[in-house]
Amino acid sequence: MSFPWAKQYTPANGLTKFLDEKLPLPRLVYNAVGAGYPVPRNLSYFWNFGVLAGFFLVLQIVTGVILAMHYAANAQVAFATTEHIMRDVNWGWMMRYAHANGASFFFIVVYIHIFRGLFYSSYKAPREMIWLLGVVIFLLMMATAFMGYVLPWGQMSFWGAKVITGLFGAIPLVGEPIQIWLLGGFAPDNAALNRFFSLHFLLPFVIAGVVILHIWALHIPGSSNPTGVEVKSESDTLPFHPYYTAKDGFGLGVALLFFFALVFFLPNALGHPDNYIQANPLSTPAHIVPEWYFWPFYAILRAFTMDFILPAKLWGVLGMFSAILCWFFLPWLDKSPVRSGHYRPLFRKFFWFGLIPTMAVLFWCGGAPAEEPYVMLSQIATAYYFLHFLVILPIVSQIEKPEPLPYSITEAVLGSDKKAVLGENTEPAV
Amino acid sequence: MADTAATANPDSVAENEDGYRRRDFINIAAVSAAGVGGAAVLLPLISQMAPSKDVLAESTTEVDVSAIEPGQAIKAVFRKQPLFVRRLTPQEIAAADAVDPSSLRDPQTLEERTKEGHTDMLVTMGVCTHLGCVPLGAAEGEVRGEFGGYFCPCHGSHYDTAARIRKGPAPSNLLVPEYEFTSDTTILVG
Ligand code: HEM
Ligand code: FES
Repeated sequence: MSFPWAKQYTPANGLTKFLDEKLPLPRLVYNAVGAGYPVPRNLSYFWNFGVLAGFFLVLQIVTGVILAMHYAANAQVAFATTEHIMRDVNWGWMMRYAHANGASFFFIVVYIHIFRGLFYSSYKAPREMIWLLGVVIFLLMMATAFMGYVLPWGQMSFWGAKVITGLFGAIPLVGEPIQIWLLGGFAPDNAALNRFFSLHFLLPFVIAGVVILHIWALHIPGSSNPTGVEVKSESDTLPFHPYYTAKDGFGLGVALLFFFALVFFLPNALGHPDNYIQANPLSTPAHIVPEWYFWPFYAILRAFTMDFILPAKLWGVLGMFSAILCWFFLPWLDKSPVRSGHYRPLFRKFFWFGLIPTMAVLFWCGGAPAEEPYVMLSQIATAYYFLHFLVILPIVSQIEKPEPLPYSITEAVLGSDKKAVLGENTEPAV
Repeated sequence: MADTAATANPDSVAENEDGYRRRDFINIAAVSAAGVGGAAVLLPLISQMAPSKDVLAESTTEVDVSAIEPGQAIKAVFRKQPLFVRRLTPQEIAAADAVDPSSLRDPQTLEERTKEGHTDMLVTMGVCTHLGCVPLGAAEGEVRGEFGGYFCPCHGSHYDTAARIRKGPAPSNLLVPEYEFTSDTTILVG
């Protein structure tokens, strides 16, 4: 499970000796995130975001459990109890702003984490399972955040719930019964609000469970690194503690600076003012938009405007879900033996000049009203999005000639790797 | 040790000449009973999420339509969803009748969407058939879209004066609920 040169855990005192025999939790920690876990020595700051995501999951659970102590999931009072949290509960405003912005930061961090995976093709063998579990986590996060946003029972909460459950109505024949079943009524009301609260409370713990599997799967091959060259010898690695605990700690400090700047000075910058109006089933806000982190997928949903065999609405729903589901096939669509985008000239061009601008356009269009030119732009971007993953990536990965890779991580860092090349037990030349 | 284990192993006992063991029957019976039981438990687990009796009980609504002037519309509530009742002007009726139904996405005539003798009274759900927003156009001063009926701002669906879908992503016309005129001035919906 780890490299042969990993440091071994030795219990230091009576208590840890006792624990090591009865329940070796300190050993688990030592081997998982301590000195007993060797990690490539060349990880860049892009490798901080997994730990950051874990931090924001914990933050959401802590602030969420606190909010749940003061909130009541009843359509009559949900909006009022949210305002009660904001005005009456000691520090309630801080808990709620931390939870709402925590959700945004969780997504920012996870998007960067996914971006890292895409550029360095971290999804490739032997790390497919880590990637697949990651996509599962992302889907669960989307469901959790969607249901959380319904809880304050503002206008956007209500109409978001209506539009998103309306997606199921697109399924032929069984669609409408499914929608009514999901909502427990003909429109979002008490029944829907209550079940969303129940699931919103549950799902983060399910996510925590999948995160454990994700990290378990990671610890089998260990982390990849910016060169994509696998670890060959001890000089390629450093113990996680203290090297990466320090680096992750520094990264967390920087992330928290941004986070609290938002929580304390711009707490509503990422939210929507309409959600401070209580839900009104008889009046739709002029411009319904989901939270920013759903924009690219919302743009794909709205890009399908023409009936073609199936109704346009169903195409939109299929398109939106396939945009994420196609990630499950990525480890097999990208056939290049080289991982890191740094050594893949053609891949790199399509990545920076194809995929990234496409995502930017989808983001922008998803938050814009359903008018021209946004509709046409989202159509072009949606077409490229699927083309990129399903056609360009498989072809590019087969025809491109990768640039020469360094022999080892040590060579990439130090310029030469005597120890690995000569098999000597000497310090590498600096 | 080895032969005590062999005789204690229930799988190895009493195999008859066809290769069946008496244990097989118990295994299959037990697993089937557990399977049927498990499947039966799913029913309440799924069905509890369907609309409860109190939600279903609110399923009819009476609306007084006497005060609606031609060209005006009102919003009522039916099953916690908006209901549009609109009295059409002669021009609006003419505009609706002027289109060839076969050219429509969801072909229907105004006659089919209204009650006999009341073609000027258009009763529809105020729920866009795309993803369920409330279209604009029922209240005074709201935009009515390119075809003078209703306009859904969520993703830009335009409905005509018979509330038929003419442009945009919605797949079908605004739904006409089941209703009847209980008198000349009231309708009972549901
Ligand atoms: C995966 C982690 C989580 C995410 C992404 C998330 C996301 C959200 C979002 C976006 C909102 C709406 C915030 C607003 O507009 O004010 C919300 C509200 C809420 N969440 Fe969470 N949440 C998470 C975990 C939790 C947990 C673990 C609990 C409780 C055990 C919880 C309890 C609540 C409550 C009570 C509200 C309603 C109060 C309010 O709107 O401020 N959440 N959540
Ligand atoms: S909900 Fe009306 S156009 Fe989408």
